[in-house]
Amino acid sequence: MTERSEMLDRLKGLIEPFNKKGVEVSETTTFAGDLEWDSLTVMDFVAEVEDSFDIIISMNLQAEIENVGQLVDAVTKLTAA
Amino acid sequence: MTDLFSKFDALIAQREGLLATGVKDPFSLVMEEVKSPTVAVVNGKETILLGTYNYMGMTFDDDVIAAGKQALDEFGAGTTGSRVLNGTFQGHKECEDALKEFYGMDHAMVFSTGYQANLGIISTIAGKGDYIILDIDSHASIYDGCKMGDAEIVAFRHNDVEALEKRLKRLPSDAGKLVVLEGVYSMLGDVAPLKEMIRVSKEAGAMILVDEAHSMGFIGENGRGVAEEQGVLDDVDFVIGTFSKSVGTVGGFCVSNHPKFEIMRLVCRPYVFTASLPPAVVACSAASIRKLMHNGNKRAHLWENSRNLHKGLRDLGFKLGTPDAQSAIIAVIMPDLEKGAMMWAALLENGLYVNLARPPATPAGMTLLRCSLCAEHSSEQVADILSRFERAGKAVGII
Repeated sequence: MTERSEMLDRLKGLIEPFNKKGVEVSETTTFAGDLEWDSLTVMDFVAEVEDSFDIIISMNLQAEIENVGQLVDAVTKLTAA
Repeated sequence: MTDLFSKFDALIAQREGLLATGVKDPFSLVMEEVKSPTVAVVNGKETILLGTYNYMGMTFDDDVIAAGKQALDEFGAGTTGSRVLNGTFQGHKECEDALKEFYGMDHAMVFSTGYQANLGIISTIAGKGDYIILDIDSHASIYDGCKMGDAEIVAFRHNDVEALEKRLKRLPSDAGKLVVLEGVYSMLGDVAPLKEMIRVSKEAGAMILVDEAHSMGFIGENGRGVAEEQGVLDDVDFVIGTFSKSVGTVGGFCVSNHPKFEIMRLVCRPYVFTASLPPAVVACSAASIRKLMHNGNKRAHLWENSRNLHKGLRDLGFKLGTPDAQSAIIAVIMPDLEKGAMMWAALLENGLYVNLARPPATPAGMTLLRCSLCAEHSSEQVADILSRFERAGKAVGII
């Protein structure tokens, strides 16, 4: 298993409790479009990811993250720092 | 050609759908006459005002009106200029002096609106490489101030001290940090645990800005707000406030003890690149601020009104935003936007005006009927308000 697929699996695990519609999650899944998350759900999810990885995902960075693959990239970069 | 307005289609459809159900448009109300801080004429009908933020009822105060009339006569209708050019009159200095005295602080800066005060101070003091840490339920003017500046924005869960502390600890220790809090959050009328939040913020080396828009004049021993009430005003670096609530006029301000604060007058764009407040407005504001320093009885009556309304609405079976009356705002939670709009219209039919608040202004997608009390509401008016809520609530089927 590559580091990237490990990260993807971990983030999928965090997405699952918020995936109320049971959408199949892949790197191209978008948060607003496919998962249909509102701003409140986004906030709760971001807090989960931040606490799980002990990182900060600023609102500036959140604005650039639209799909799961971009989140994998962002969290990988933030945890490497 | 792409129609730039197509992005508003969903909102236009929602609004048309709502109006098609037969309810009056809640966002285009006109007050034909204003009789007092608590009564106006709407649609030809005498209406009790319960959604104005006119907490201390200063809009019709004799001394306030007299000060405004005199300034209008002596200084004219407007300044036609920026505060840093031709727009600072004697009245602006007197208004800032009144604020310094009111808060017991060294510096005061008056802006043309409260919105501009947040916009200007936040966007100017937190720059590139700095961090702003804010409550997720912050007011639009705070978010817009963040958006206008170049700092990194970090949000934490509403009123959650632990979430704030965790995030502060994850930030680089040497980076500039500004924690932005509000004393009273205006949607639900709940109060922030400022004492704990300020303690963890100071420990992390952050500067602290508190917006006390909805607490000035009646919370705290001298009406300085929630930070004073909780004994931590000395630890607040910047207090932001407004004249459009308890003061009863329009305008905004920032007070601070920071030794370099005066430089803000030259670098803060929403202060520099706009015309200053008209002479009558600053004269009314200064007179009002000075009167608010000595208003113990009115404050006590406002609190009595707030507690009575909260208890009365709860006893009637309405769902409220806070378990007890924490401020002069009582938020009644509606099941959805349609029912909320129906209830709002039914109240207006019964001669009662409240604010209808809906997403994105509200937290958690809620529709709220927001009631704000005034020290000039009589006990009889509060009883009257409750019976109108009961009639409207039963007619709409909410209680």
